[in-house]
Amino acid sequence: MTNPNGRFGAHGGQYIPETLMNAVIELEEAYNHLKDDPEFKAELHAYLNDYANRPSRLYFAQRLTEELGGAKIYLKREDLNHTGAHKINNALGQALLAKRMDKTRLIAETGAGQHGVATATVAALLGMECHVYMGVEDMERQALNVYRMRLMGAEVHGVDSGTGTLKDAVSECMREWTKRIDDTHYLLGSCMGPHPFPTIVRDFQAFIGQEIADQCLELEGRLPDYVVACVGGGSNAIGSFHRFIDHPEVKLIGCEAAGRGIDTFQTAATLNTGSLGIFHGMKSYFCQDKYGQIAPVYSISAGLDYPGIGPEHAWLHDIGRAEYVAVTDEAAVDAFERLSRTEGIIPAIESAHALAHVLELAPKLPRETIVVVTLSGRGDKDCAAMARYRGEQINE
Amino acid sequence: MSNESIRAAFESGNGKAFVPFITCGDPDLETTRKLIFALQDVGADVIELGIPFSDPTAEGPVIQGANLRALEGGATTDSILDMVTAIRADVRVPLVFMTYGNIVFHYGIERFCARAQEAGIDGLILPDTPFEEKDEFAPACAAHDIAYISLIAPTSADRIAMIAREAEGFVYCVSSLGVTGTRDAITTDIDSLVANVRTATDVPVAVGFGISTPEQASNMAAKSDGAIVGSALVKLVAEHGANAAAPVAERARGLAAAVHAL
Repeated sequence: MTNPNGRFGAHGGQYIPETLMNAVIELEEAYNHLKDDPEFKAELHAYLNDYANRPSRLYFAQRLTEELGGAKIYLKREDLNHTGAHKINNALGQALLAKRMDKTRLIAETGAGQHGVATATVAALLGMECHVYMGVEDMERQALNVYRMRLMGAEVHGVDSGTGTLKDAVSECMREWTKRIDDTHYLLGSCMGPHPFPTIVRDFQAFIGQEIADQCLELEGRLPDYVVACVGGGSNAIGSFHRFIDHPEVKLIGCEAAGRGIDTFQTAATLNTGSLGIFHGMKSYFCQDKYGQIAPVYSISAGLDYPGIGPEHAWLHDIGRAEYVAVTDEAAVDAFERLSRTEGIIPAIESAHALAHVLELAPKLPRETIVVVTLSGRGDKDCAAMARYRGEQINE
Repeated sequence: MSNESIRAAFESGNGKAFVPFITCGDPDLETTRKLIFALQDVGADVIELGIPFSDPTAEGPVIQGANLRALEGGATTDSILDMVTAIRADVRVPLVFMTYGNIVFHYGIERFCARAQEAGIDGLILPDTPFEEKDEFAPACAAHDIAYISLIAPTSADRIAMIAREAEGFVYCVSSLGVTGTRDAITTDIDSLVANVRTATDVPVAVGFGISTPEQASNMAAKSDGAIVGSALVKLVAEHGANAAAPVAERARGLAAAVHAL
């Protein structure tokens, strides 16, 4: 599926400064050496299970299913993981890998703050130094997560370059990594960036899809008909999809953030509005102008507010194996409220984008159809922003 | 031919080259035009011209700022190519573009190289395109007589020979870890980096990143074939805007003299 230089079709690659090349080569060698090492796998699984609360549940959303009157809807409950999102899977995997490489210091970017929190968490757990880079705009939108990271001993650095959001935090991490490589691992949070990151992050998130398959077989005696997940960089989606790529009977749907609509400039829907380009170490699709200047993007969700998408998604899009739809702020907020009311589960606004598409899709499908939607995170962090969206001011 | 013109520029005088960098369109292209002539007049041997990119991940705050000012000022790849085309006949020294992979890729690699050749550009530096990805860009450069200039870094180690063997124009030796920007001290063992390059190629080697004073420029040029100075000059453009030609020329004169006095 990937060639030695980490290509997914035309996408991927290693478009980074020479200063970082030996660092990513060493990372690839260490990963290839350890990924099938029984001791490393056992250590990772022990942390995933005992510390992060895996496997996460596959929950049949009965009331929602009855209300919609169509397909059976299952929720893959990544929101129940320790730290409240799927990000902990990758953070644990990469931090253990970094430790084996004798790195003592982790740096990470974060958008919504979930990946920053996950990284700060594993740094505290494993006794590593941690620096998180976060756009100043996002620090304001996600103040609670900033507090959580600092509480666990991480230093949070505000990034005010560019648009002060996730893409600028990634850029700043790449710059910081070139300054200090010897003792530092860049714990990239999504299935993006230069090879080998898209592959490593996918593999550490692939437990999600593996569990979906096992649990669905146990509950329903067969694989699901649809697997639906939200996509920013795309890590929870690639983790959900990977197990099913060679099962064409399982339809895969990624939900991008349309923001105020894909016909406006206030959108972050990369595959629906972007074009082929090279940025943040990879070839993929990006929101950009006709000269290749990266466009400012917008979404109500800080976690999906990114102008690119991981290269494996770009490839799945090219070959038609996965479908990528755009979901507006309004539809996502409706879904956020609907799941809260119907099932007593408050989803992350990122995950609510996937759920919004399922609300539209499920009623049109026969009752025996099985739809799994990955709830990538919990929505506590979003409550104040959702209240504001509806015109209500509350204190966090 | 571009490789020869760059080599000749390094070999003229005392065999040491002063290579200044400015960002095109910062704050406007008329200022860039004046800066190119001013730099040539005070002794620049090769001039590096940055084409701005919205998200320059290899740059420190000074050149990031220049990129943003240039884009806010309306500079585009086309307007920069037009400006260079218009003045090229009056510029004696080789001109080298420095930009990011996406600017060239999105314009169309072949189309970009064809237009750059028409504009009289001698070389291209893409700091986010390492050896592993150069085959996407280097053949089009070669077809249009543009030297594809490679970088080596303090972390390159066993990669140096592989990179240097295929070097064109000059080898851009990155002096320090990190991004562009001035530094108080350069602690890398430049002598051994340059020696490693020399075992694999005879193209000139210039050192850049962190050089701001005549003393640093002299030290780095003494260890190699030239010194590249960017942020120290771009800082003056940030301060003086459209009136930057005189202060930049004054600073560049001192740097050029230090390099040429070796």
